[in-house]
Amino acid sequence: MREELLAVIEKNSRIDLKELAVILGVEEVDVVNELAALEAEGVICGYHTLINWEKTSNEKVSALIEVRVTPQRGQGFDAIAERIYKYPEVRSVYLMSGGYDLMIIIEGKSLREVSSFVSDKLSTLDTVLSTATHFILKKYKDHGTAFSQKKQDEREMITP
Amino acid sequence: MRNPLADKVVDIKPSGIRKFFDIVSEMPDAISLGVGEPDFDTPWHIRDEGIYSLEKGKTFYTSNAGLKELRQEICNYMMRKQNIAYDPLKEVLITVGGSEAIDVGLRAMINPGDEVLIPQPCYVSYEPCAILAGAVPVTIDLKAENEFRLTAKELEEAITEKTKVLILAFPNNPTGAIMEKKDLEAIAEVIIKHDIIVMSDEIYAELTYKGEHVSIASLPGMKERTILINGFSKAYAMTGWRLGYACGPANIIQQMTKIHQFAIMCAPTTSQYAAVEALKNGDEDIAEMRTAYNQRRRFLLNAFREMGLECFEPYGAFYVFPCIKEFGMTSDEFATRFLEEEKVAAVPGTAFGDCGEGYLRISYAYSLERLKTAMERMKRFVEKLRAEQK
Repeated sequence: MREELLAVIEKNSRIDLKELAVILGVEEVDVVNELAALEAEGVICGYHTLINWEKTSNEKVSALIEVRVTPQRGQGFDAIAERIYKYPEVRSVYLMSGGYDLMIIIEGKSLREVSSFVSDKLSTLDTVLSTATHFILKKYKDHGTAFSQKKQDEREMITP
Repeated sequence: MRNPLADKVVDIKPSGIRKFFDIVSEMPDAISLGVGEPDFDTPWHIRDEGIYSLEKGKTFYTSNAGLKELRQEICNYMMRKQNIAYDPLKEVLITVGGSEAIDVGLRAMINPGDEVLIPQPCYVSYEPCAILAGAVPVTIDLKAENEFRLTAKELEEAITEKTKVLILAFPNNPTGAIMEKKDLEAIAEVIIKHDIIVMSDEIYAELTYKGEHVSIASLPGMKERTILINGFSKAYAMTGWRLGYACGPANIIQQMTKIHQFAIMCAPTTSQYAAVEALKNGDEDIAEMRTAYNQRRRFLLNAFREMGLECFEPYGAFYVFPCIKEFGMTSDEFATRFLEEEKVAAVPGTAFGDCGEGYLRISYAYSLERLKTAMERMKRFVEKLRAEQK
């Protein structure tokens, strides 16, 4: 049940427990217990909402930042990653293979806010060697969901 | 002017589903639960392979029987899933949908007056195709108490000296019934005893929710007397690509190929290239869609249970077949009122044979959200009917 449960709520975390139990073919109490276990184990880390901010009056600027750092003895990249992800404007931090080490996704109110984060906070960290900032111009798809208009049912009436 | 039409064709009744669809198409806010095709798009990697084949200029006919590579992949699939060994050169024919295989198969086997056994309720094409092939269709009424499976006794009682072909369609449209190995073994004995050929339409094979689908052709002594029909429409959500196939004894496939080559030439080339990709890399897509269908199936069964509506648990295809006998009206009356009063279209069971009277076919090739709305309306409708009865 675990994998199917996760697959369902990854797409729709608002589904009610009773319905969840019905479609998975288990008892409601089992769903409750499994969710509690998944939360306790840190498999489920949150229940978020996917918002297309471009459709609101709320101005937001997002950027991807490639960061090259010097790993620290005994701690590798973990310490510097933690140092960076503690900033609230940092949305995501990934350790990458390839030409740079960390990829950061940052969100700010304006271009200036993002720029000043990079120049004032990020670049000045001792272990940061270099940064490359790429501003996001438009989001087409996020978390597996396309932001375009929903598709109509295109099936035509046919017999048999 | 003389009558330009063939009596045989004119005498065939139009499909019972049609009538409802005509009404639905005039009702823009109606919710249809009538469609018999997947709501998923064809998985992108399969579409991509079709597009790529066009880019490469694969725009010619294929051989009559179909791309050799595709026939080989079908044989691999049959070996992998059913442990049946077919010869790709002699025992496989690629057709324009499973429907063409049904038509061509019957035409290849029937002599005038031969009887074809058709267990009902079933897909609406078998009877007309049998008639057009010159056969006498003999229906077997399947029963709800057997979960609409065909029993050896029912089969035995329907067999005469003229019986030549049995059409077996499980998982079943419209009931959602399946035949498990033990059910198939019981009828296989009768089939072999009376030397009958089986046309096994297994188009919904991949949509089985209880164990793995078992083909009757995989039973001892059955491969040589079974035409196994399958296709890509249901398993890979490829209805519009029009691609199916038949596997069977070389002598029958050879004659089917003859009709196919003169009537059709070959199945669409682009679809055949896409189908190769589907068979090679499509198992995960099937699993994903099957999981979604199964969730909807459980949702509907639970909704009927809560409404107090009788429904046996179907383990296949994407249909449920609830019983509406308690309301004292025909399937047609129920479906008509349901459509007029609640704007939900479901197909009356009688569209699939007279023994479908008292049942309704509800398709779950729709999103959970849509099904939820439909079930709210159905609950309201059922309660209203019960109140009227008091």
